[in-house]
Amino acid sequence: MSYAGRFRVWRGDVTGGDLEDFTVEVNEGEVVLDVIHRLQATQAGDLAVRWNCKAGKCGSCGAEINGRPRLMCMTRMSTFGEADTVTITPLRTFPVVRDLVTDVSYNYEKAAQIPAFSPRPRDADGNYRMQQVDVERSQEFRKCIECFLCQDTCHVIRDHEGNKAAFAGPRFLIRLAELDMHPLDTTDRRDAAQDEFGLGYCNITKCCSEVCPEGIHLTDNGIIPLKERVVDRRFDPLTWLGSKIGRRPRD
Amino acid sequence: MTTTAPRGTGAVTPGRGSGGPPPRRAAIAARHLRTDRWWLQPLITAVVLLCFVVYSSFRAFQNAYYFAEPYISPFYSPCITTGCEGDTFPEFFTGPSFISPAIYILVIPLGFRGTCYYYRKAYYRSFWLSPPACAVGEPHRRYTGESRPPLLIQNLHRYALYGALIFNVVLTYDAILGFRDETGEWGHMGLGTLVLLVNAALLWLYTLSCHSCRHLVGGRLNHFSRHPLRYRLWTRVSRLNASHARFAWLSLFSVAIADAYVFLLATGTISDLRFF
Repeated sequence: MSYAGRFRVWRGDVTGGDLEDFTVEVNEGEVVLDVIHRLQATQAGDLAVRWNCKAGKCGSCGAEINGRPRLMCMTRMSTFGEADTVTITPLRTFPVVRDLVTDVSYNYEKAAQIPAFSPRPRDADGNYRMQQVDVERSQEFRKCIECFLCQDTCHVIRDHEGNKAAFAGPRFLIRLAELDMHPLDTTDRRDAAQDEFGLGYCNITKCCSEVCPEGIHLTDNGIIPLKERVVDRRFDPLTWLGSKIGRRPRD
Repeated sequence: MTTTAPRGTGAVTPGRGSGGPPPRRAAIAARHLRTDRWWLQPLITAVVLLCFVVYSSFRAFQNAYYFAEPYISPFYSPCITTGCEGDTFPEFFTGPSFISPAIYILVIPLGFRGTCYYYRKAYYRSFWLSPPACAVGEPHRRYTGESRPPLLIQNLHRYALYGALIFNVVLTYDAILGFRDETGEWGHMGLGTLVLLVNAALLWLYTLSCHSCRHLVGGRLNHFSRHPLRYRLWTRVSRLNASHARFAWLSLFSVAIADAYVFLLATGTISDLRFF
């Protein structure tokens, strides 16, 4: 079953651009990325699009489809009606390179600023030992494929470019949470989370969790627990007092 | 995955959403390109929350029809003033007669729901439009979130939780007293008893599924294996936590319904359906 699908694709670069209309053949079982490839092959040979695995694991083909941040390779055409016009634009939060390709350097700069994993000394036999129950919380965040859709949808930087200096974005807040929860790690990142990575900017409206293609519960399992850990350290007089008199070890 | 480079200087400049055109982004003038009914959910949330605020304010200031032996409205319990009709809690003081007894206790449930992580999402989206929906532009020129006063106060959620837990005990006690009849004899149950019991159960579910509760019972630990009991508690609270939003709404409705039921009994509009 094929049909002629109507698409609007943003074409342009940093100097300007606009949505262009295309009619492209759509076949049963295809995803948006298939259509973009057909468009590239048949009508717009110079259309820039970043992609790699086509299996939802590399995180390269992020775009905004009908205004929602999604992976093009994981968005089935069957989710749209045959009469619908599908609009595809580049990720809005990042500088555009060309067409659907954006410059996501901001994310790598933030990643480099995160205090590195600092494990405690090895056991006497040279091994590290930890229990599965101790690491499984952190393992959820290791599913992240760094597609940066959460960063793209986060209104803190999407709507306020100036906040990029002070706010690391949801992907890196869960990276901080992952490290802070890790049973082997020895660095306390709670002050840095609040002061340097802008945890307080997050108002937990959960858009990051809504768009995550890996289904990571960024807010409930990462950002909110991190906020609570910061409360322990910064805003709760009882836990602060307990830690000062040695009655509340960090564990 | 992210590399773990040595810690750099970090981002230390406070953010300032200038509201001006962001540099070097794709030139898309539309505030959003969503084609679904993204406005429906924030609209429903705003309408329902507004209805509740109007109704609960009216009832809290009304200072009447909140007690119909043996039931007391959850808006007025615990009854801590001598002017309060209920008899389920020690009466600590006599306030001015023009101040409703509900006003003194309002701060706890209001504080708990107001700083609740779920309700924050709901009202930031619905009332503050920050953002109204995912990938829909917000109207504010500047945004600092919860990084500075007054919203720093949201970090006191756990103290509101402690208060809410005490209130739950009182409201559960109220529900148990519903097994007495009008004369104070045990062995009675009416529809009002059931309404208060369901309300107390939903309030417990809402309170225990709270994110702060999840943190306090075990979330703060990094070594669950050293604390098996707290780990079990944490896993159970985590299971409840997945439905926190549902419990937030259900308990909001149950409080309003329990109050309305007592109101109808107290005004004589209906009589209690007696089971035994």
